[in-house]
Amino acid sequence: MKTVQIFVDGRPIEAEEGATVAAAMWNAGCVRFRTSVTGEPRGPLCAMGICFECRVTIDGTAHRRACMETCAPGMKVQTGG
Amino acid sequence: MAESVSATIIVVGAGPAGIAAATRAAEAGANVVVLDEAPSPGGQIWKHRRSAQAPRAAQKWIARFTKSGARLIRGAQVIAAGEAGRELRAELSDSPGKMLDLRCEKLILATGARERFLPFPGWTLPNVIGVGAAQALIKAGVSFRGRRVAVAGSGPLLLPAAAALAAGGAQVALVAEQAPGEAVARFAAGLVFQPAKIAQAVLYRGRFFNANYRTGLWVASARGDDRVREAVFTDGRRARTVACDVLCCGYGLVPNLELPMLLGCAIEKGFVAVDERQQTSVPTVSAAGELTGIGGVDRALVEGEIAGLSAAGKSEVAGRLRARRARLELFAARLAKSFALREELKSLARPDTIVCRCEDVVLSRLDPSWQRRQAKLYSRAGMGPCQGKVCGPALEFLFGWESDSVRVPLRPTPLSGWALPGPEDGASPNERADSR
Repeated sequence: MKTVQIFVDGRPIEAEEGATVAAAMWNAGCVRFRTSVTGEPRGPLCAMGICFECRVTIDGTAHRRACMETCAPGMKVQTGG
Repeated sequence: MAESVSATIIVVGAGPAGIAAATRAAEAGANVVVLDEAPSPGGQIWKHRRSAQAPRAAQKWIARFTKSGARLIRGAQVIAAGEAGRELRAELSDSPGKMLDLRCEKLILATGARERFLPFPGWTLPNVIGVGAAQALIKAGVSFRGRRVAVAGSGPLLLPAAAALAAGGAQVALVAEQAPGEAVARFAAGLVFQPAKIAQAVLYRGRFFNANYRTGLWVASARGDDRVREAVFTDGRRARTVACDVLCCGYGLVPNLELPMLLGCAIEKGFVAVDERQQTSVPTVSAAGELTGIGGVDRALVEGEIAGLSAAGKSEVAGRLRARRARLELFAARLAKSFALREELKSLARPDTIVCRCEDVVLSRLDPSWQRRQAKLYSRAGMGPCQGKVCGPALEFLFGWESDSVRVPLRPTPLSGWALPGPEDGASPNERADSR
């Protein structure tokens, strides 16, 4: 199984090639993907691009849905936004 | 700024209905372009990372689709449409804000369905996910090994999801179907006439017979700190607490109606109204699959075939598929009846339960005498990034609020992508953008 390395909040994570960012983060134990407008932690709900609960910043672009993005080598993901 | 593409027929959605429609139309000689937001064809049900992992029916159809000559544009999400479906604008996911303008003579909508979520205390906790979401995560590469999972909600997706979780190493603590046992039993008995489906059902049961499959039971609340730790189940009389690392809860499927509504297609009883050729009330636009009724892969395929053949001018060939479609229609009707949502689910949310997760609008801020539009204006429910796709169906169930009018863009889009193809009502794109 080929893997790629991405960085979540600076932490290196190994992901199976072809996995989505949400899948890689879930497997690495990430729970809080974003923070809601009243400060609650939120993570994936629908996992199919509808709910926007898993949105993160990817390589500097905000509001990317982690469930819709495929891991690419060296990708930098920021949570909590 | 935007690239442009022309085709005789454009199909939106590359799930079973879209693939069947595009394949049949392209095989009949039409110039066909298919748009899908995912990186590979198959939709939610046939989602896969490597073609070897796709189900056999999917491999067969995708291979046929690939040979048909239809062109698939991956990672394309339609954000605007006009001219009775003859003009579309799509955002390309590989670079945010990069747009594609498309023109066609006929449009086939196969945008599928999403899960219905209902609010209950604790449903916003991390690791409370949908039922289809669990399957989607597995297909996307998530390992549930060693996780203790409870599965709840309603519909025939609960069993395959629980089976997939168990096969992936999860400990499935409980599978709770809200529908009463008699309704589920009647539904299962009806499957005798659907050999492929009964085989599936037996297989699912076999794979996780250790798990508790219970009917007439639903989630009353979920509790936890930074994530879900336990869920409280009830049958309306007794409550039972189940410890879990993950709670999967989804109440069946609802169609993705945004694009057909934007185009002015008539909606009847929550689905796109179509004639026997799958044509909508807008003559240039057809619809197939879950958009016209929740009925599963086989129904989506046959509707897609009819839509594709009809759009390519082969209505007489399409006519031969109608008997099969009628049979599968009965299955869809039985599905809807058997898994009808019980009234008790309307009173799960407490005054302080968040209903709109994008804007964190709690139940007590909503006045049942409102319409959906008022709720948006006064409370911001449905105004966030998902644009009411999650709270909309919930509010419809809770208060009977029908969905509001649909506006462009159909999903949040960077401003750089603006300057739309002219909408039909004569308003300039900029006026439209300003009026939001």
